[in-house]
Amino acid sequence: MIPLSWYLIFAAALFCTGLFGVLARKNAIAILIGIELMLNSVNINLLAFWRYLYAPDLSALTFVAIVLVAAAAETAVGLALIISVYRRRSTVVVDDISLMKG
Amino acid sequence: MNTQTLLWLIPLPPLLAFALIILVTNRWKALSHSLAIGAAVLSWLASMVVFFSVVRVEGLSENPIVSSIPWMPTGADSWFRIGVTLDPLSAVTLFFVAWTVLTIFIYSVGYHNFGQPRGDHDVPGLPPEGATVKGKGAHRVPSVEPMYSRFFAFISLFAFAMYTLVVSDNLLTLYIGWEIMGLCSYLLIGFWYARKTARDAAVKAFLTTRVGDVFMLLGLVGLYKATGTLNYHAIFGNEELLHTLGTTASGVLGLSQAGLYGLLLFIGTVGKSAQFPLHVWLPDAMEGPTPVSAMIHAATMVSAGVYLSIRIFPLVSQSETALLVMSIIGAFTALFAATIAGAQNDIKRVLAYSTISQLGYMIAALGVGAYVAAAFHLVTHAFFKALLFLGSGSVIHGMEHGVLHTNEHLDPQDMWNMGGLRKKMPLTFWTFLIGGFALSGFPLVTAGFWSKDEILSGAFAGGHWVVFGTLALAALLTAFYTMRQITLTFLGQPRTKAAAHAHETPATMTLPLVVLAFFAVTAGWVGIPTYFPGIGGLINPWFEEFVGSMLPAHGEAAEAGHSLIPLATSLVVALGGLYLGWLAYSKVQAGQQDPIARAVPGVHRLLQNKYYIDELYQKIFVQPARWISETFSYRIVDRTIIDGVLHGIGRGGLGLGRFVRNQIDMPVWNRFLEWLSARIPALGRSLRPLQSGRVQQYMILAITVAVLVGVLFYYFFVLA
Repeated sequence: MIPLSWYLIFAAALFCTGLFGVLARKNAIAILIGIELMLNSVNINLLAFWRYLYAPDLSALTFVAIVLVAAAAETAVGLALIISVYRRRSTVVVDDISLMKG
Repeated sequence: MNTQTLLWLIPLPPLLAFALIILVTNRWKALSHSLAIGAAVLSWLASMVVFFSVVRVEGLSENPIVSSIPWMPTGADSWFRIGVTLDPLSAVTLFFVAWTVLTIFIYSVGYHNFGQPRGDHDVPGLPPEGATVKGKGAHRVPSVEPMYSRFFAFISLFAFAMYTLVVSDNLLTLYIGWEIMGLCSYLLIGFWYARKTARDAAVKAFLTTRVGDVFMLLGLVGLYKATGTLNYHAIFGNEELLHTLGTTASGVLGLSQAGLYGLLLFIGTVGKSAQFPLHVWLPDAMEGPTPVSAMIHAATMVSAGVYLSIRIFPLVSQSETALLVMSIIGAFTALFAATIAGAQNDIKRVLAYSTISQLGYMIAALGVGAYVAAAFHLVTHAFFKALLFLGSGSVIHGMEHGVLHTNEHLDPQDMWNMGGLRKKMPLTFWTFLIGGFALSGFPLVTAGFWSKDEILSGAFAGGHWVVFGTLALAALLTAFYTMRQITLTFLGQPRTKAAAHAHETPATMTLPLVVLAFFAVTAGWVGIPTYFPGIGGLINPWFEEFVGSMLPAHGEAAEAGHSLIPLATSLVVALGGLYLGWLAYSKVQAGQQDPIARAVPGVHRLLQNKYYIDELYQKIFVQPARWISETFSYRIVDRTIIDGVLHGIGRGGLGLGRFVRNQIDMPVWNRFLEWLSARIPALGRSLRPLQSGRVQQYMILAITVAVLVGVLFYYFFVLA
């Protein structure tokens, strides 16, 4: 069986990829994708720990389901906002969306 | 490798090919299509191995090949298991899916002009428009598709989903494959996304099938709640359970549980297989490239809907109402779509409506209990309809060649611009003819005759006169519009210069046609009924026994069907329809009107506009939805109410701020501070004497403070 640490390393790598995307990309959709990657790396962690440590118990899966639903809702809202911004300003580059700057 | 392992492996190569193409080989066209086709060949090979290893197994339906793993815990020590299975139904489905997928993959290479130069002005998102070959005698040739690799990635993902659906042993993984196919269908219909029509068609297909899928999910949930499992064999092979479901009331519309869940799942089929109320997406889906139309909208995805219905038949058949609904929807769709097909001018749209009509046939067959006939027609239809779609793609390709050559501005898909292509594209013509004859049920030689005849005799033997009559009429119309299509496209004289300059397509396109044409003829031979005069019994009716054994109450309707009336009917309608079509269209000249339009213009207009159902849906669903989102949600709720509240709060905050500033800040606080600041110099003055400049005085002060602190420290921390 694959050792637990492999999953954790993979999840950490995925999380870092997502974090990099959030911090370094300028496209709002790419940032959203980065957030998704981070959320899913959390899910992988949860599932890996669950599978190796608490297997038949169901409670961990509830967390995963909640994270999934939250991620889906967040994507839906985020994409709607991005589309709405794009319609008004024809750009999704976050540096250009600076109306709130003081 | 044993069959179980092989079954698990069947869907995987296309998935790997998809990932590799997307992530790595996107830039290299040849490598991408090699990967995709290599994967398709592997899956095809594995499918053939498992198919031929079970084909002679006795009692496969009682003891299907199964293999499953625990997937999701559903309690302290119970698991939801997912796995693969091979029973007669999935075996025959696997057979035709493997063949059609492989041929369509190969065909796509030629269809997307592999090996041709890059286009002059081609952009991703639009169909390639041709390239100019420089040098002496410069001329225009077709150009390669700009997003070639992307296409192969998508169809690979699609193939993965279809294989998953076929080999899975439970309704949940079937549903997963089903939804991935929905996504691929969306992506591929909108493949040329720079065209508005393609984008709209993609969204329409996605949303329309979603309507069906939501109901299907409800059915899955309900079924799981009632039985605690979604495994095929645990539900559909368990007569006791089926009987309980059939006799327990569900409390909805007076249906039994079996009827309710069967109907909910069936609505999924209605969406996916484009049955009557949800059929509108399929004709529009022809915006995608032709191999997509063939694969998704003829051979595999829409067949998946019927496959599901055949799967759940043991459940549905517990309820008379559900069966009645199925036969009504099926028969009505069969006739309804066939009438529309007769008045369309786009070569692919005719086939699209024909697909809807033939799928209606299968659903109606299930509705009257002709289980085997439905499965049989599913198989034969997949072959000949894929053949027809690929043939029409070949015709369009040849026409595009002619259009490039003559620089005419005309629609290369409009059949009225064709004619006489028989001599220009002989291989396409002969294969298309075979496919067309199979579709119309040309007697004895074609597969379509045997399967359609079986459906008609099933309806006849069960005493379903209305269904029988409707289907017979639909069969007549089918033969009619098929002959209309063949005549307009291939026979007579070329009606445009482009048609006169059309060109046979490359071998990568014609070879799949030949393979499919072979099956369009021979696939019917495995189901020739024994009572058939003359040749019955020469070939063992293997299909009937193999698939028929799936049903516990095997062949009640089919066994009684020894009457020759349905046989005579299918002979008459097939030949009569073909003859009528030829009669009406063989004399058509360039620039002439459709003979039906001349005879009954009103009916023709109604049919050409598809009974105005799109317009109706536009009025009752799309426009209200738009009104709700634009006027109600946006203007009234968002702009007026929510924004009003927010602006009100903002204005209130501003007012509050002004009040605080004018009434509290300025008069009270400011004055207090001013008063305070005026006292500060006096305070300073009064403290000035402390700075005396005498060091001893400072020292005394310092020591006093230190001692005080020490005493306090001692008092509070040490004593306490």
